[in-house]
Parts: sequence; structure tokens; C-alpha cells
Amino acid sequence: MALIELEDVRRDFTIRTRTGRLRREKRVVHAVDGLSFTVGAGECVGYIGPNGAGKSTTIKMLTGILVPTAGRLRVAGVEPARERVGLARRIGVVFGQRTTLWWDLPLRDSYELARRIYRIPPDRYRANLARCVELLDLGALLDTPVRQLSLGQRMRGDLAAALLHDPQVLYLDEPTIGLDVVSKARVREFLREVNRAEGTTVLLTTHDLTDIEQLCGRVMVIDHGRVVYDGSLDGLHTAGCSERTLVVDLAEPRPAITVPGARVVRVEGPRQWLAFPAEQSAAPLVAAVAERYPLVDLSVREPAIEDVIARMYAEVAIG
Amino acid sequence: MADTLTVRAAWALRSWWLMAGMWTRSTMAYRASFVLMLAASTTVTALDFVVLLLMFQHTEQLGGWSLGELGFLYGTSSFALGMANMLVGSVDALGERIRTGTLDTMLIRPAPALAQVCAERFSLRRVGRPVQAAAILAWSLTRVDVYWTADRVLLLAVLLVSGSVIFGAIFIGFATVQFWWGEAGEFQNSFTYGGATMLQYPPTVFAKELVAGTVFGLPIAFVNWLPALHILGKPDPLGLPVAFRFASPLAALLCVLAAGLAWRAGLRAYRGTGN
Repeated sequence: MALIELEDVRRDFTIRTRTGRLRREKRVVHAVDGLSFTVGAGECVGYIGPNGAGKSTTIKMLTGILVPTAGRLRVAGVEPARERVGLARRIGVVFGQRTTLWWDLPLRDSYELARRIYRIPPDRYRANLARCVELLDLGALLDTPVRQLSLGQRMRGDLAAALLHDPQVLYLDEPTIGLDVVSKARVREFLREVNRAEGTTVLLTTHDLTDIEQLCGRVMVIDHGRVVYDGSLDGLHTAGCSERTLVVDLAEPRPAITVPGARVVRVEGPRQWLAFPAEQSAAPLVAAVAERYPLVDLSVREPAIEDVIARMYAEVAIG
Repeated sequence: MADTLTVRAAWALRSWWLMAGMWTRSTMAYRASFVLMLAASTTVTALDFVVLLLMFQHTEQLGGWSLGELGFLYGTSSFALGMANMLVGSVDALGERIRTGTLDTMLIRPAPALAQVCAERFSLRRVGRPVQAAAILAWSLTRVDVYWTADRVLLLAVLLVSGSVIFGAIFIGFATVQFWWGEAGEFQNSFTYGGATMLQYPPTVFAKELVAGTVFGLPIAFVNWLPALHILGKPDPLGLPVAFRFASPLAALLCVLAAGLAWRAGLRAYRGTGN
């Protein structure tokens, strides 16, 4: 069953710029330009693209804040812009850089307000709060004013707030931005659990490919207001010929090493950078390096989304 | 939708109440600052009336109105403005809510956006002005020479409610301009604060054209001037039909309708609904 349906959706913005003392020029920008896709119930989809590609505009249309200029849009069977308030009870939204929690009040108070505003039945509220508190480890934080929480704690608090009313769809805008590694892992684990256990449909935007790798079976790339890729993450890597980087610290400085399946792209003292195809596992490569050279330390770096997309374009242009 | 107008209005009021309650508790987190701000705002508004008192050191009457009658105008006008400012005045920061994206977070809650915008940053310290105004009104009632019939008492109560509603509608109506023109916050203040200051003086001291503008243009004359003519038994400088003196609730209703339509149009423009 399709929970989110877009058919040739377009959204224009009129930008007025002053060109003279009194003259103003009108320019129409197509933020979203013929967008079509469907998301089934229970899917977890990564929605990525460069800044200004139309991601936020899409999310704003899906929540009913913005009205599409043209096209057909349905979420959970209703037209979001027409039934914004009714739909609000069935969706959850988290903006990574903007909290909806009450800054000067204990975390618990924000949840109490949500209970009243969303008219959550008392037993559902108790059960959901208990589950979020357990999974997100919020127990010790409930009576702490939000302004005293760390960024990671606040994000966990925001996630709980967005899920207390049992939303069918959860929109996440950069849910891991600015978080440390431990907090990121915790957020991802929680989202995976919500998606798996509750069947909540998740649509998330991110600049962190690891979010997608660990959460999303499907990734959509949007650019200039259109879907330019829709499929698995591996497929995206193939399409973009993207490369991961294995950074190795050798026991001593050496000239560029030779390992099958990888090429050295940079050498700096004992440290060397090896690029290898992103869809390949790093394990055999690590084994190969360790077998030939004395190894002190290593790490694997994921390709940046911008690079993958840029390469994908290059491929399309060449191909 | 089965939601009737009353159900929706009740939900809007409840949403406002819930949000205002949260803000009240938020400000109580800084109790000392709250007390200082309340004291400061009460002192500043109290000085307002001192100006009038000083003026009456030199004259017995102003435009044919005594000091007690001026106190009545001051008290009613300031009370209406103060109540409106306390209950919906935060709407004047609409442009800022749009710029910072707070309006978007309000639009994804299942509560009316207008109620949330009005309740945003609600603070009880704004109660200073209506309390001070009520005190001066009470004092003025001991000074004016009025035979208190039931209709006069009732009209006073109606005036205070209608006046607050009229100013509230003006706050909201002019704030909606910010949907199109973000920096218009000061623009509406000239109508709310400016209008309220005007209403603190007798209509007889202003040009007739200006007074007519407050009846047929932006109808602030219905806040206190027109009903005061009946309560205090003063002649009407414009010579309007007597019915105008009792028409404040009707004027308030029209203002609410106009403000509601303006808000709707503004929100539609913001969300990009085609016309």
C-alpha cells in the first residue's frame, strides 16, 4: 500500500529582486519540478540531494505547510494541504536543527503538552512514553530543563516528542547533524526499531551516507527539483562509481604501497589513503594490507553524498 | 468536516490556553527577572497618566471634559489595549516567526496557527497595563457625575469587552501584513498604541475629519469614545445617531471578521494556495 504518493508535483516560488530604485524584477524558481514517486507503508527511505535541491520544499508539501503549484500529492490517503490539521495527528516531524521542545521547561512538560495537543489517549501516552524512555534512555532526563541537555540528548528528546501520538509517517530532516558518534548510533538504532516494530514509514534527509547505509533500504536522490536516482544504496554507489577510502597508518613512512583492488591516492609520512569501490567490503583489503605491511592503525571513510552525486552526473554526461 | 464553528473556536481557545500556560511557566523559570519586568512596565505605564494630571494643574477642563471624565477615557482605552496586547499582542512578531521558521513548526501541530502565534512568548507581566488602567478607571468613576442606571453599568461592561476585542482584531489584522512584508512590525504599532493614545483624550480636541475616520475608517471610536458619550452624558461632536453609542459589539464583530479574513488570506499566500 502506498502511503506517500506524488504525481508530477511542482512547486514554484516567485522571487522579487530590486533592479532599480523603483523597478522590481519577478523571477519564478521551480523548487520542485515534476516530482513523482511513491513510498509504501513501512518503508524507510533516504531522501538526499545537494542544498537547494528541493528537499525541504518536498517535506513542507508532504506535511501540508506548502501547497503544490501543480500535480497530485497524497499522504495516508489525504491531500496534505487541504487536511493539514487532521494529517498533523498522523505524522511526526523532526527538524534536526530546530527543536520543538520547550527550552526552559523540564522535558516531561513538552510531552504533556503533546498529549493534550494531539489528544493522545492516556493509556497510549503512558505506553509510548515508557517505550521511548526505555529505548532512548531518557529516564534521567525527564525532569531536566531542555536548555541543560546536550545536543544528542535533545535530539533523543525531540524524537520521542514526534512519536508519542503513534504517527504513521515520520519525516526527519538531518536527524544526526552535529551529533557525536555514540549519539548518532543511538538515534539510528532507535529509528530502526521504530520502523521495524511499529511499521512506521520513515522519510529522512541527511548528508551522512552512514545514516542511509544503516537505516534505509531505499535511497532517492533529488536535484533541481527532480528525482535523479531511486534505488538501493549499492546501486547509487555503482551509478556514481563512488569510492570509499581506507586510511592506513603504517609503522614507518614508505612510498605508495601496492594492494590489489585499491589505489593509493595520497601519502603523508606513514599515513596512506587507499581508494576502493564503495560497494566492495573493506575486510579483504584490510587483510591484504596487513599481510604485506606492518600496520599501526586504520579507518574507513565513506564517500560524501555530494561527491557521489557529482560523479553520477559526470557518468551521465560521459555515458 | 463535521467540525462546527463553535467546536473549532473552542479548540482554538484551548490551544491558546495550553500554549500560554507553557510560556507562563517558562517565564517563571526566571522569577527575579519576571518581577523586575513587571515592576518596570507598571511604572512606565503609570507615568502616562501623570502627564494628564500635570496638565490639569493649569486647566479645569480639556475640550469640555473634566479630569474625572478624562480618567474614564484613559482607563477604558488603556485597559482595552492592555488586554488585547496581553492576549494576542505577540502576533506582532509574525515576520520574525516566518524568518526563523517557527511558523512552520506551528503549522505541523494539530492546533490553529493563529492561536499559537498569539500565545507565543505570552507573559503575565503584560498584565501590568490593564491592572493600572482598571485602577485609574475605578478612581475616575468616583470623580464623574453620573447617575448609574442599569444600562450605563451594562454599557461599561460591554465597552471593556468590545474595546479589547477591537484592539485585538487590529493587532491581528495589521500583523498579517507581515505575511507579504516582513518588517511591518512598527507599522501596526502606530494604529494600536497610537490609536489608544488618541482615545485617552476627548474627541472634541481633534479635527472632525480625524474623529470621523475613527468611526467609519479604523473603528476605534467604538472602543470608548462613542459609548462614553452615553455613559457620561456628553454631546457628540459629529452629531451621529444615538444608536452608534451602543454599536460597539457590532463594530467588534466586524473587526473580528475583517481580521479573520486578513489572516486567512495571509496564511494562504504564505502557503502558496493559488487564487
